[in-house]
Amino acid sequence: MTNSSRVLIIVPAWNEAGTVGDVVREIRGELPEADVLVVDDGATDDTARVARDAGATVASLPYNLGVGGAMRLGYRYARNAGYDVAVQIDADGQHDPRYVPKLVDGLQDASLVIGSRFAGEGGYRVSGPRHWSMIMLSLVLSRMAGCKLTDTTSGFRACDRTLIELFADWYPVEYLGDTIETLVRVIRLGHPVCQVPVAMRPRFAGTPSHSPAKSLVYLGRAFFALLLALTRR
Amino acid sequence: MRLTALTALTALVLLGVIFELVRRRQLREKYAILWMSVGLVVLVLGFFPRLLNSLALLVGVVSGVSLVLFLGIIFLLVVCIHLSWEASRLEEKTRTLAEEIALIRAKLTEREPIE
Repeated sequence: MTNSSRVLIIVPAWNEAGTVGDVVREIRGELPEADVLVVDDGATDDTARVARDAGATVASLPYNLGVGGAMRLGYRYARNAGYDVAVQIDADGQHDPRYVPKLVDGLQDASLVIGSRFAGEGGYRVSGPRHWSMIMLSLVLSRMAGCKLTDTTSGFRACDRTLIELFADWYPVEYLGDTIETLVRVIRLGHPVCQVPVAMRPRFAGTPSHSPAKSLVYLGRAFFALLLALTRR
Repeated sequence: MRLTALTALTALVLLGVIFELVRRRQLREKYAILWMSVGLVVLVLGFFPRLLNSLALLVGVVSGVSLVLFLGIIFLLVVCIHLSWEASRLEEKTRTLAEEIALIRAKLTEREPIE
């Protein structure tokens, strides 16, 4: 990991009191030189207190905005406090902080580094409509970026100062906009993007939603989000 | 004649309600102007429902009433779209405010932990 750069880990959390404490402690244990900001996205449980007790800085939104709102807040904080690198990690524990140095190293050749679940490491598999949507997104976005992007909706990503400044002013709040649309915009603006293989862990708590109907809806929304992102200027 | 009485009365009530809302400053001026003009149009048409007959014939609609119905629906549709647009803009503004508040809160707790 580059030594001189100041790194902020942004953890968007909404009602994740059960896991956010362990996630923050793990990040601080693995990356003692990085600061941790937990964005409490209008949680109604103890998320903010648990995160603060675990040693994170907490920014509490007055009401729930969704991942996009929470992330823009995180990037605003990063911009105002002068961080060089921002890394996004989910509060449910599925992202392993031990990969953060690899992500940050990737920033030497790219502005945005995505931690990809399908690039070799770990045994993460999906099937059905959800798989098709991932293939579609991967095909289109890889082609645009000029490099292979296998996991475009991954919420495990690192970006440099240029993108911190972009995301502080502009970060879509719509569903999937936070991943797909940001990626499209970043590529269009000519910033290099790359991916780093990561292994995902099962969440610390809670169950992922994987019913066929839901994944079909997901496919539709992913397609719509991509279409909108591509037609926006 | 009974139809004219009905429509004229409706128009009067409508115009009265709009005027009262504007007078109590419950409507922003931009909406007030819009709805006052709508009220006036409805008032005129309420008293003279056959006013639009010739215009209707001109554009190929059999009766003026049908034309009013058609234009009314289009108008309401446009107003609805406008309101959705306005609501989206407001949501974006409140989002920005919420984020600013969270930033300020975080800064405050950094200085001296309250709560």
